[in-house]
Amino acid sequence: MTDYLIDGGVLAHGKNVQVLISDGRIVEIDRIVSSPNAVNAVRVDARNCLILPGFVDLHTHLREPGREDSETVESGSRAAAKGGFTAVSAMANTFPVADTAGVVEQVYALGQAAGLCDVFPIGAVTQGLAGQALAELGAMADSKARVRIFSDDGNCVFDPIVMRRALEYVKKFNGVIAQHAQDPQLTKDAQMNEGFLSSRLGMKGWPSVAEESIIARDVLLADHVKSRLHVCHVTTSGGVDIIRWAKARGIQVSAEVTPHHLLLTEDLATSYDPMYKVNPPLRTQKDVMALREGLADGTIDVVATDHAPHSAESKECEWQAAAFGMLGLETAFSIVQATMIDTKMMTWSDLADRMSTAPALIGGYSDHGQSLRVGSRAHIAIVNPTRGWQVDRDLVASRSKNTPYHGMEFSGSVVATFFRGVPTVLDSKLVRSNNGN
Amino acid sequence: MSVALSAVDISRALTRIAHEILERNGGPDSIVLMGIPTRGAFLASRLANSIASIEGREVRVGTLDITLHRDDLRLRPLRALVPTMTPLGGIEGRNVILVDDVLFSGRTIRAALDALGEIGRPKSVQLAALVDRGHRELPIRADYVGKNLPTSKAQSVKVHLSEIDGVDEVLVETTEG
Amino acid sequence: MRHLLSTADLSYAQANKILDTAKEMARISEGPVKKLPTLRGRTIVNLFFEDSTRTRISFEAAAKRLSADVINFSAKGSSASKGESLKDTAQTLQAMGADAVILRHSASGAAQRLASSHWTTGSVINAGDGTHEHPTQALLDAFTIRKHLRGGTGDLRGLTVAIVGDILHSRVARSNIHLLNLLGAQVILVAPPTLIPLGAEKWPVQISYDLDAVLPLVDAVMMLRVQQERMNDFFFPTAREYSHYYGLNSDRLKLMKPNSLIMHPGPMNRGLEITAESADSARSVILEQVTNGVSVRMAVLYLLLAGAPNEGGDLI
Repeated sequence: MTDYLIDGGVLAHGKNVQVLISDGRIVEIDRIVSSPNAVNAVRVDARNCLILPGFVDLHTHLREPGREDSETVESGSRAAAKGGFTAVSAMANTFPVADTAGVVEQVYALGQAAGLCDVFPIGAVTQGLAGQALAELGAMADSKARVRIFSDDGNCVFDPIVMRRALEYVKKFNGVIAQHAQDPQLTKDAQMNEGFLSSRLGMKGWPSVAEESIIARDVLLADHVKSRLHVCHVTTSGGVDIIRWAKARGIQVSAEVTPHHLLLTEDLATSYDPMYKVNPPLRTQKDVMALREGLADGTIDVVATDHAPHSAESKECEWQAAAFGMLGLETAFSIVQATMIDTKMMTWSDLADRMSTAPALIGGYSDHGQSLRVGSRAHIAIVNPTRGWQVDRDLVASRSKNTPYHGMEFSGSVVATFFRGVPTVLDSKLVRSNNGN
Repeated sequence: MSVALSAVDISRALTRIAHEILERNGGPDSIVLMGIPTRGAFLASRLANSIASIEGREVRVGTLDITLHRDDLRLRPLRALVPTMTPLGGIEGRNVILVDDVLFSGRTIRAALDALGEIGRPKSVQLAALVDRGHRELPIRADYVGKNLPTSKAQSVKVHLSEIDGVDEVLVETTEG
Repeated sequence: MRHLLSTADLSYAQANKILDTAKEMARISEGPVKKLPTLRGRTIVNLFFEDSTRTRISFEAAAKRLSADVINFSAKGSSASKGESLKDTAQTLQAMGADAVILRHSASGAAQRLASSHWTTGSVINAGDGTHEHPTQALLDAFTIRKHLRGGTGDLRGLTVAIVGDILHSRVARSNIHLLNLLGAQVILVAPPTLIPLGAEKWPVQISYDLDAVLPLVDAVMMLRVQQERMNDFFFPTAREYSHYYGLNSDRLKLMKPNSLIMHPGPMNRGLEITAESADSARSVILEQVTNGVSVRMAVLYLLLAGAPNEGGDLI
């Protein structure tokens, strides 16, 4: 296997290093590495770059099985690699639903076959995501996919009894319930954030309280049964407050925010362009600022993409008829840098924590999110905070093109990604062959 | 650029036309003057004043917007509509005299004839123009002409009236090249 | 401006231009010959994804009076219900050479979506999109008020207009709020709190829950249609209670100023939001709204379509 020498970059805390990678692991990391193997290693230029642990996404829609026209595990893995990710978590709302050991094992195997990042399946909480009967959580946990996160994402586990039982049941294998917090009755036919703008645009509103009331209920349930709750894609300032309160009480709750909710606001809906239609919806600038503060102070533990590919026809229509969701993997880092680093709200160490260490910990992905030191698995993202780029939907690795960022410019980009010591991306381009072939 | 008609010429021409109209129609009672906006409308009201001072009686006068009947709408930027004002009693059975500033291709008058049909059915329609510059594209002629101005197509004729232009004059301009 | 999507897009001058043009159209419509050659050779498509016979025939009459060729396309079921999609339909009509598409759709923003797409190059006229806007209805309402209370010219400064009923779901209300404000009128929304949209306090309107208190103040009252099915969503307890508080009946008629107008965009639920007595009273201009609708739509079609292609728009 080829050795690699990452040369000229700095670690998150600012130390200038060379990193020598051999056999999938970091074998030396120092200002100047001393190993004679460094001479024959392939040199990777990381000048002006930061060397960060490979990113871990807790919320990814890969659409396979069932909607391979919009994404596959393989195409999603390529998008992930381009975004600096070395692990993603495949959401359960596929066709068929990932609610059995068979489906999660299939998805896991497809991820290993693609070999561009680890694909950890998320299991459904309830059979068919219907919110009624629990899926075979134990079987999925014991399967080869070793599922630890369970979510009905797309749907909320609305029935409080079902939610309570799920929280209790996953304690057996230290699982976590990732809740899509959305009261379905308060959001029937809802199209966008409810407020002055939705009223003006004549679109059915999606009130903040529909999200916050479920978060509030769930943290109390998690406290009551002493289990772990993960709140998917928090979008409201009220939601951040409730989670902050819960954490102060010692409740085992973690939370995620998406890049798009850190950057975009509901104002984009005035175009009626369904590229901006997403669930949960884009909110107000006040919410955006609260989310950034929550992420900075640790109330929100992780950034998760909610990467949601959709075929062209599901977006080339009137807003009301369009599908919810937007691409996220390839732009996540640039957005987090723009919203959190460039605004001086977070340090690079914070970014490494929110995008790698913390999500790996929540998902139990012990191989990922490790700090970069000798002996650790070489899952690495190399980013250049001053190498700008412009998003072009025709150049995405994803099978779908539903990026709301088309034409936008970002100041920082992912330059290289190493998965198990092998580069999947170099010079911001996917490496064709992998596994050393 | 040359002055084809001065203020005095215009005034004289209008007075003559007023007399001709009265003579041909046997007095003011049967006639309705309909000016075509913008400048034709001012000319019509001047003619009406002239007739009134000759006869000591008012003559019916109105305006006729022809925009909706033009055949060149698609060839030009959008035109705003100008109110059409029909005098009391309408035009039914009257001798209508259309009044315009310049008679050129005849297309404006063609549109005016159509526009009239929308208001009613006059006994006859006559045409008065301050200037006839030739180059007709339709079989239309004026009954009353202030001045015949032989022009080439490269020239343009500009009528200025004191009501909106501050001065009474008719200019002939030759466009270069 | 190539499209008419929302009254919020109109400038003061544009709104007045439309009303002034409509006045001329009305004059012609009252004359012996109601047909003009103005839009001869132009093709106008009535693309209705939602049933509305009234609006469709009003646009159809307007287009035909201007000699345009009219194609009626009633697309039952939207793309949401797996029918023909807006995109495919629009492209089909484009291929047939439509100069303008008059779009009625149940999805808010559908007209704007069509206008900003490359699916059609023609003008798009919003004939009602979901619960968003219905600009020609607001224009005909303003035209009617102006005719009765302003002698047919000028704006609506100094007038107070109440819009009563289901504001939340009303595209007519939204279009009227923008336009009446633009023309200088004071707008009061009257409805139970459940039918006032969230954030409406930021609109340039006054809000009241008390119709009896508002009626003596207004120069015109617009009664909105109340859908019976709103009851199932708990917006109000019963039709009877709604009528009791917000219906325009003969007692309330007496509260109104002598020359004030009663308006309704139709179709009416007689007995629910308005009694027969009110609808048929001397102050009611409801039928005249229908007549004026044709004139206003003629004006809009003229202003959007009569000029040279891609140049029409200097005036609107």
